[in-house]
Amino acid sequence: MRLLPPKYTQAIAVTLLGGATLFTLAVLLFIIGFVLDKGLPAVGLSFLFSNPQDMGRAGGIFPTVIGTLLLPLLAIAIALPLGVGTAVYLTEYTRESRVTAVIRFGTDCLAGIPSIIFGLFGFIFFVTMLKMGWSLLSGGLTLAIMILPTIIRTTEEAIKAVPNAYREVSFSLGATRWETVRKVVLPNALPGIVTGVMLGIGRCIGETAAVIFTAGSSLRLPNTPFDSVRTMAVHFYILAREGISNDNAYGTAAVLIIAVLTVNLIAYWLMHRFIAKRSR
Amino acid sequence: MRLLSGEKTVERLLVLIAFSAITSLLVIAVFIFKEGVPFILRIGPSEFLLSSDWEPAAGKFGIYPMIVASLWVTLGAMLIGAPLGIAGAVFLNEFVPPQVMRIVKPTIELLAGIPSVVYGFLGVMVLAPLIRAHAGGPGLSLLAAAVILGIMILPTVISISTDAISAVPNSYREGALALGATRWQAVHMVILKAARSGIIASIILAMGRAIGETMAVIMVAGNAVKVPHSALDSVRTLTANIALEMGYAAGAHRQALFATGVVLFVFVMILNAIATQAIRGGPGGRR
Repeated sequence: MRLLPPKYTQAIAVTLLGGATLFTLAVLLFIIGFVLDKGLPAVGLSFLFSNPQDMGRAGGIFPTVIGTLLLPLLAIAIALPLGVGTAVYLTEYTRESRVTAVIRFGTDCLAGIPSIIFGLFGFIFFVTMLKMGWSLLSGGLTLAIMILPTIIRTTEEAIKAVPNAYREVSFSLGATRWETVRKVVLPNALPGIVTGVMLGIGRCIGETAAVIFTAGSSLRLPNTPFDSVRTMAVHFYILAREGISNDNAYGTAAVLIIAVLTVNLIAYWLMHRFIAKRSR
Repeated sequence: MRLLSGEKTVERLLVLIAFSAITSLLVIAVFIFKEGVPFILRIGPSEFLLSSDWEPAAGKFGIYPMIVASLWVTLGAMLIGAPLGIAGAVFLNEFVPPQVMRIVKPTIELLAGIPSVVYGFLGVMVLAPLIRAHAGGPGLSLLAAAVILGIMILPTVISISTDAISAVPNSYREGALALGATRWQAVHMVILKAARSGIIASIILAMGRAIGETMAVIMVAGNAVKVPHSALDSVRTLTANIALEMGYAAGAHRQALFATGVVLFVFVMILNAIATQAIRGGPGGRR
């Protein structure tokens, strides 16, 4: 039951698959091109460094730039020790067992939770129950939990890629396990860990649902960790959804996209270098 | 001796830290369920899940329209994203030189970082007017949400499917080609079958992402609370229901939103469990 000679099915398949691939690339690149094209004319130093006026109808986005810098940094400061510690424990301190299977399963599940659920949780737990209010701290803690799985996974991969001979040499010189981890394993896994950090930062920068209910949307500059901040993503969402200003929305979106892509690009570049070095 | 006790302290500390992720997961689950489940039991699960009346002010809390909307939007996104994504993964793995693949795959993964609000905004500015002009209806609709989500999940599907396909041993490929198969025959007779579990996992993970997506959907789906009769109708998903009303909800209304979160949580956890099984299962899987 062959309808067409294989030569033709091959040609048809290649055309269709190639077409689908090109279409995918074209759509994704169109999205970036469109936003940059519409947004970049509005962007300049004064846009980045001046305060918004009239709820963002005019003026710049300075407070949201600060919010977008502070919130991911706080999230990383919390998630990094937890994530690296977990990865070190899983790879260096224990064998595969029921316990590690449970930890890994929990990490996978956490990675799959939608960001709106993180937002709900952060709102009821940090904002309401622990009385932190809509604040940098509530937002940072919520985002830290959200990016924890990313940090754990990338660090684990990076640690696994450190050759066993390094550890053996360290042990044979009389180093303890923790000394080996601290002085041999972690320094060699550093580029991989930084990759995870950058991916985590990228995710935080683009996040909206989990941020808007935990960090709030104040346009004032924060003085303490208990002040509310507005990130660029939240600002963009509010501008676009409430139809406040399309021009400023496009401008903010352009800055947002450039920030996320730059951070991710650094992450991939580091990962690529790391892999290249290891496979040499 | 002092050194050794230091080692012990570090190890104990690491054990504690290692449970941070699973503890977070449990705390999240407990808090969402603690707020939501008593409400569902009080109002009655069948009333909550199967009634179409959502009027918080009147004490009517039925999320049936949101459940239907979430499922349709997710299904629509899959119909668009899965074939395109798998086609892309196959093409990049089997039909282009590795050098091209080495550039295109990271590019696509990079695009996974485009924030969801940006997708939503483009849906409003570009897609909705197109739908309004050519298909009718309000534009902001189930169809618009499905298309935007379908595009959003492409990087996930392509990235994980590509990994699954490239994990198929080369000997399978060579065996098929040596028997006189064309490349396409080798793909659909041998490679896709061997990479099946990884590809299924990519689709299910993408489903989890689609059903959980919030901001993009709020912007393009229209958010009307009613059971949709056509793809051009305005719909409100479970996620949108939570995010739209969370800002001002109090009392029973707020509990109802947490109960909506419980339903969403259960959906996503089921999908994750299936995906994890699929990834662990197949020969192309992560061992």
